Amino acid sequence: MNNLIVFCELDEGRPADVSLELLTRGRSLANTLGCRLEAVVLGSGLEGIENELFPYGVDVVHVADDPVLEHYRTMPYTSVITGLFRQEKPQIALMGATSTGRDLGPRVSSLLHSGLTADCTSLEIGDHYVSKTDTTYKNLLYQIRPAFGGNIIATIVNPDHRPQMATVREGVMKREIADKNYRGELRKIDVASFIRPEDLAVEIIERHMEARKVDIKSARIIVSGGYGMGSKENFAMLYELASVLGGEVGASRAAVDAGFAGHERQVGQTGVTVRPKLYIACGISGQIQHTAGMNQSGKIIAINNDPVAPINTIADYVINGDVATVIPKLIKYYKANAR
Amino acid sequence: MNGIKIVVLAKQVPDTRNVGPDAMKADGTVNRSVLPAIFNPEDLNALEQALRIKERYEGVTVTLLTMGPVRAAEIIREGLYRGADDGVLLTDRAFAGSDTLATSYALALAVRRLAPDLVIGGRQAIDGDTAQVGPQVAEKLGWPQVTYAEEMHFEGDKLIIRRRLERGVETVSAPLPLVVTVNGTAPACRYRNARLVMKYKYARTDTELQTESSDYIAAGRSSIRLTEWGVDAIGADREQLGLSGSPTKVKEIENIILQAKESKRLTSSDADVESLVRELLEDHTIG
Repeated sequence: MNNLIVFCELDEGRPADVSLELLTRGRSLANTLGCRLEAVVLGSGLEGIENELFPYGVDVVHVADDPVLEHYRTMPYTSVITGLFRQEKPQIALMGATSTGRDLGPRVSSLLHSGLTADCTSLEIGDHYVSKTDTTYKNLLYQIRPAFGGNIIATIVNPDHRPQMATVREGVMKREIADKNYRGELRKIDVASFIRPEDLAVEIIERHMEARKVDIKSARIIVSGGYGMGSKENFAMLYELASVLGGEVGASRAAVDAGFAGHERQVGQTGVTVRPKLYIACGISGQIQHTAGMNQSGKIIAINNDPVAPINTIADYVINGDVATVIPKLIKYYKANAR
Repeated sequence: MNGIKIVVLAKQVPDTRNVGPDAMKADGTVNRSVLPAIFNPEDLNALEQALRIKERYEGVTVTLLTMGPVRAAEIIREGLYRGADDGVLLTDRAFAGSDTLATSYALALAVRRLAPDLVIGGRQAIDGDTAQVGPQVAEKLGWPQVTYAEEMHFEGDKLIIRRRLERGVETVSAPLPLVVTVNGTAPACRYRNARLVMKYKYARTDTELQTESSDYIAAGRSSIRLTEWGVDAIGADREQLGLSGSPTKVKEIENIILQAKESKRLTSSDADVESLVRELLEDHTIG
């Protein structure tokens, strides 16, 4: 049976958010396809990990538990994953677009010659007709992603090669437990049979993981700045407004590239996807690259000088004016009116 | 390490960071002609890493390898101005339409012919943002890969590489041969060197000399020819290139037409801002 398989990454020993989000989406895609949802976890000391995955509707959890897999390394992980995929022949394989998934995914897809689409913002099932050969492919995975700096949205399909592979950023898909009592099957992977000695040539000398300091994903209110803010110094007023409203500061890719804000604050396809109650876009033009990461916000306020900025078309409120004038007024009237 | 040969993978990309309203044609395709073509930013970080190794050790050579249309020779010159020793342009109609896998296949064959000890490229190109070509070239070569590098140096015959991960830093030790991809957080590339600009200004590929009539002067001014390879030079199987060699197919391209909401238009006047704040407070969006 050709199933759908999700590579589950661990974050300090627990399944990473992005993996649980993929399992949630994977469950619904598997329902559409009428196939099983499987998960694969690699690591060391994974006793009981399957119990954290089953509630997402996972039918089979493959576990590779071995000290050599304690920390992610390209080669041993590639060997285990490709070994498993060759054995199980999944029709679809999903991974998080994390530093791990973006290192592992291309390596695996190249070995299996299967094709991979990075940073998808949407995954659907549908048919694909090729007029040249008059062939209709049934039930392919539509891998939908902005491309070309976010100026177009492309739907990619993978008609002839399996698995159809895609990576998705954290926060893009929703995470939802299917049934807390759901029990699937646990299968242990014979790690030693997949790993070759040369896979261990690259050694980790030192690792230094930092706790997540800025967490814009869970912020209820986000005050976000774009290239139109002009400078890092001008971002100070965004921090002030965010702190008054009890929110966080976000930034567009252009603002991050220009050094106005750190990468951990980047909202958009190549940053974080957010769904706050209120999103205030300051000096942001609103390329799809950015809007893909925030268009599901409850309310959107756009503040900018450009009456035809794309962001204005998705905003609930558009304030046409200078950010430097409007923000102090927002702070002033909030303080005056809030109880 | 003394005497090693480094290949730097580089791509000429449209500057997607500065896209104007005329960047899209009426039919929804990209109007490449109005976008300036630039040296992919992270490939410049990669070049800098290679040049630093070249400075630190004896007899190291740095060769720039790029795949693209004839005009991509521009970034080979750009690399030479900054200190690369030579460059190869991989260009052929048969490469057109290649996805990352077909691209990696061609690049890996070219790398094999150049026979380096170390391949360094940028993490990703700004036109696709996939970060797939580096790891896929490594896999096609059967070499290990180290991605997101920020700093590297040799200890004995092992390359010690500091990697920038999304939540931290990792240092690894890797033997050669190896493919490394470099992060944008690595040091910026050095500037052009005036002496090298003079030396390579008129360096051209054969095709450039044939096609650019305005460049006839260049032929007389410089004897430096840039290497140009096609499908046959790297012994590629045409079936594995272009559309036929690409497992991923573009089903549909959509120009971005955002679904317009009914927005309330406000000015920056005190009255407008205050009424907005009151409205948000009343429906408990804020406060």
